[in-house]
Amino acid sequence: MSATLALKRRRDLWRLKTQVLAIGVVIAGGVMTLVLALSMIETLTEARAAFYASHHYAEVFARVSRAPEGLVTRLQRLPGVNLIESRVGAPVRLAVAGFEDPVQGRALSLPDGRQPVLNRLHLLRGGLPGPGREDQVVISDAFAEAHDLAPGDALEAILEGRRIRLLISGVARSPEFLYQAGPADLVPDYHRYALLWMNRRALAEAIDMSGAFNELSLTLQAGAEREGVIDALDLALARYGGTGAGTRHDQQSHRFLEEELAMQRAQARVLPTVFLLVSAFLLHVIMVRTIRTQREQIAVLKAFGFRDGELARHYAGLAGGIVLLGWGLGVGLAACAAQAMADLYAEYFRFADLPLRLSIEAMVLSLALSGLAGLGGCWRAVWVAVRRPPAEAMRPPAPQRFRRTWLERCLPGGGPAARIVLRHLGRHPVKASFSITGIALSAGLLMMGAWQLDAVERMVDRQYRDIMGMDIELSFTEAVPARAAGELRHLPGVLGVETWRTVPVTLSHGHRRYRTRLTGLPDWPRMRRVVAAGPPRPVPDTGLWLTRYLAEWLGDRPGDPVEVAVMTGHRRRVALPLTGLVDEPIGVGAYLSRDGLNRLMREGPAVSGAWLLVDAARREALLDELHGLPAVAGIGLLDEAERGVRAYLDETMGVFATIFVLLAGSIAFGVIYNDARISFAERARELSTLLVLGYTRLEVSRILVGEILLLTLLAIPPGWALGAGFCWLLGEAVSNDLFRIPLALTPRTLALAASGVLGAAALVGLLMLRRLGRLDMIAVLKAPE
Amino acid sequence: MFPDTGPAMATPEIVLDARGLTRTYLTGEVEVPALRGVDLALSRGELVVMLGASGSGKSTLLNILGGLDRADAGRLRYLDQDLSGATRRRLTDYRRRHVGFVFQFYNLISSLTARENVAIVADISEAPMAPEDALELVGLGHRLDHFPSQLSGGEQQRVAIARALAKRPALLFCDEPTGALDFRTGIRVLEVIERVNRDTDTTVAIITHNAVIGGMADRVLHLRDGRLEAQTRPEQRQAAGALVW
Repeated sequence: MSATLALKRRRDLWRLKTQVLAIGVVIAGGVMTLVLALSMIETLTEARAAFYASHHYAEVFARVSRAPEGLVTRLQRLPGVNLIESRVGAPVRLAVAGFEDPVQGRALSLPDGRQPVLNRLHLLRGGLPGPGREDQVVISDAFAEAHDLAPGDALEAILEGRRIRLLISGVARSPEFLYQAGPADLVPDYHRYALLWMNRRALAEAIDMSGAFNELSLTLQAGAEREGVIDALDLALARYGGTGAGTRHDQQSHRFLEEELAMQRAQARVLPTVFLLVSAFLLHVIMVRTIRTQREQIAVLKAFGFRDGELARHYAGLAGGIVLLGWGLGVGLAACAAQAMADLYAEYFRFADLPLRLSIEAMVLSLALSGLAGLGGCWRAVWVAVRRPPAEAMRPPAPQRFRRTWLERCLPGGGPAARIVLRHLGRHPVKASFSITGIALSAGLLMMGAWQLDAVERMVDRQYRDIMGMDIELSFTEAVPARAAGELRHLPGVLGVETWRTVPVTLSHGHRRYRTRLTGLPDWPRMRRVVAAGPPRPVPDTGLWLTRYLAEWLGDRPGDPVEVAVMTGHRRRVALPLTGLVDEPIGVGAYLSRDGLNRLMREGPAVSGAWLLVDAARREALLDELHGLPAVAGIGLLDEAERGVRAYLDETMGVFATIFVLLAGSIAFGVIYNDARISFAERARELSTLLVLGYTRLEVSRILVGEILLLTLLAIPPGWALGAGFCWLLGEAVSNDLFRIPLALTPRTLALAASGVLGAAALVGLLMLRRLGRLDMIAVLKAPE
Repeated sequence: MFPDTGPAMATPEIVLDARGLTRTYLTGEVEVPALRGVDLALSRGELVVMLGASGSGKSTLLNILGGLDRADAGRLRYLDQDLSGATRRRLTDYRRRHVGFVFQFYNLISSLTARENVAIVADISEAPMAPEDALELVGLGHRLDHFPSQLSGGEQQRVAIARALAKRPALLFCDEPTGALDFRTGIRVLEVIERVNRDTDTTVAIITHNAVIGGMADRVLHLRDGRLEAQTRPEQRQAAGALVW
């Protein structure tokens, strides 16, 4: 390559710097989202793998009501089992000095004075409880941080109704609890949920489990068939009240991290594709235009003997320069954002260590993809230019032909500016549709950003305002007689009580199986408003209602039978007809009437928990009373839960969606700015003519701004349609049994998309007005066309 | 001052009066003096041809007289208005009301028809000619609805003249109006300019390389190195149609 050609390329890049930057930003958006998403996936996956491996995270988990310790030796001999370890575990309630609200948690046993074989603790401060110490406890680090607790501090715990005073010996993290949310919670509340590890003897005595266990963890031998081991385990544990063994996937912490990774993967697929397509489109436009303005130069260079290949490389290098700039910018932005994002993850996923890994593969991949986008954007323009014979290229391009447009005929009137704008669009319909497509794409992206905020807000609104009508959710340590409702009604501040029953079940249809809980509700539940689609009817006695997502996942249609295997009590298997579909955005559930469930269990009227409506003024007194009830295992405060979910979403989705909206806004600006610049260059003569004829800058700018505005307005409806498509795609990609984001397109979402592109158009309009002020009209007018 | 040759004439009303116009351009780091103190007065109804080689300053002079550019020093008056140091807004106003331009490369708006190209000026003028009349005046009454791409070079230039005339300007500045045209078409365009000058009493200034065109002028100004070197008045104004080059 000639040194002078290289110099020319650098100068061309400099001359087009604003447009180069605008395209660079769009490429950077694609590169950033790709590098960031893949780096986060790599960071989280590797940190998780390292934590799991170094702390021997188990592969299969099972719970029973109570099984003799001797059983473990027998289970060890099951084919496929590698390491196996039993422990005892129980729900616990805690009282922290100076904190009024109830704190719930889970107490788990440790072998006396030492680390377990599986699910070892990562001690951050202090040590394990001393051998034989019954009062010492290790607590989860997030809870310790939230209450500023340290080794040496004391805690009061209620285990099986007994108050115990505990002394903190250490603060730790566990591979089992990367995500430390309560069992019924969507997001962690470190103030109100804790994990406790105690010596086995101490805990077993407290919950009357000496010589027995109720939890089991194991790892598998290499090549062992997991399903076979689980089936054998279920069979062996059935008589001890086994509720069905499960894999890591059934563990809440692992499951949430999996979902987070799945979401990152979905984003890594969808977002960079859109960004890079838009940048390819922009590159195409700028290359066509640059080459058009340089056709004489190309002809002269060819006349001097430059080969087609040399010139093609020269122009491809121009596009390459833009791609490199965007790529560098994107990688830089990703590196900055990655640390912030890793810090955010570290807050919600408590790894032993979360070293940031910037994915080299992602950088190479993004360079290759943006390079392809660049090549795709410019090859045709370059090819056409270099193939043209020099003599033809030296002739100025033929004058443009115009005619009246159909739009004009439909809309008579309008000034010359309107006519000029309409005829230009009519003259270049392909170019105009490209511009409209570009703007519509960015409007769609803006809408996707706004939708994430809005839809998640609506999801939370629906769950906590429409469905969950109670103030407090109580769960009992075990099923209690239904008359408990009457006792609860007499507690201070209780305005209403509704009770429910729940049992673990496995639902199956065809070859699909899903483990969940079957909840028995009042016939017309008022506090938990489970409503099946269709005419109002009571919760069925002999049929089953399923969350629509779960029914679809199982492949069940109303009227189909669902196999229900109860995993406790008599462990009955029955087929219940699906009689209703429930639309709820968070979690999935299976419902029938409470009496129906009790009949299914062959038990009398029993309840597992209750929902309370409470007089806010007497809440503290009520909580005090509830705290003293031994049968109460958990006290859920709905307003706190809602606040937690909203704060979590603000911190994660909110930040992400804001960055997203900024990126989409920059694309909108990039597309519109490029368009306006090209239009400006092509119109310089017309604009100068009008200025010379005595038109003011403002009057002349109407043509430019009018065109920008018209294109933007035309792009808004298809932008909404594209946006709805993007939202649907993203919604589908991130929907799972934990939550479904409803495709609720609010006027606010639509308005944000429209005002985003209109704002970008207004900004571009102002820049063009400034440019118009600097236009050298004499030079333009004296140049040949 | 420069030598004034030719017969003396009674001087009618002065429309545009320039004194000591100076203009220097900064090209990179080099100062290029384009005008070095030019004195000039144009009278109502006068047809002036400015001749000079490339770089003589004739375009710069025309640009300043037409309000497209500002002099660094000197005075410029249009009738009783002092335009020296006028703001951009005032110059726009001056062009809008009183000045018509014709350029070598026509500078028509390609997306507008002949009639609309003229109307665009009529729209912002106080007492404009009907676009149809202006086009009739340049002999294009039958090409009203043609787009520039459907017109020959000569026809496009005549549309440009009609556009300049539509506002009934006091001053018509033509910068190489025949530069892009063949001889026959160029003569037709000059005939139109001549007729406009005669029939509407518009003051016309034409700048050109072509000394022959000086034959149709009341006065010929010779520029060289940014100065008005000489001024001649032809014995008799020739008809444009009689010019040959």
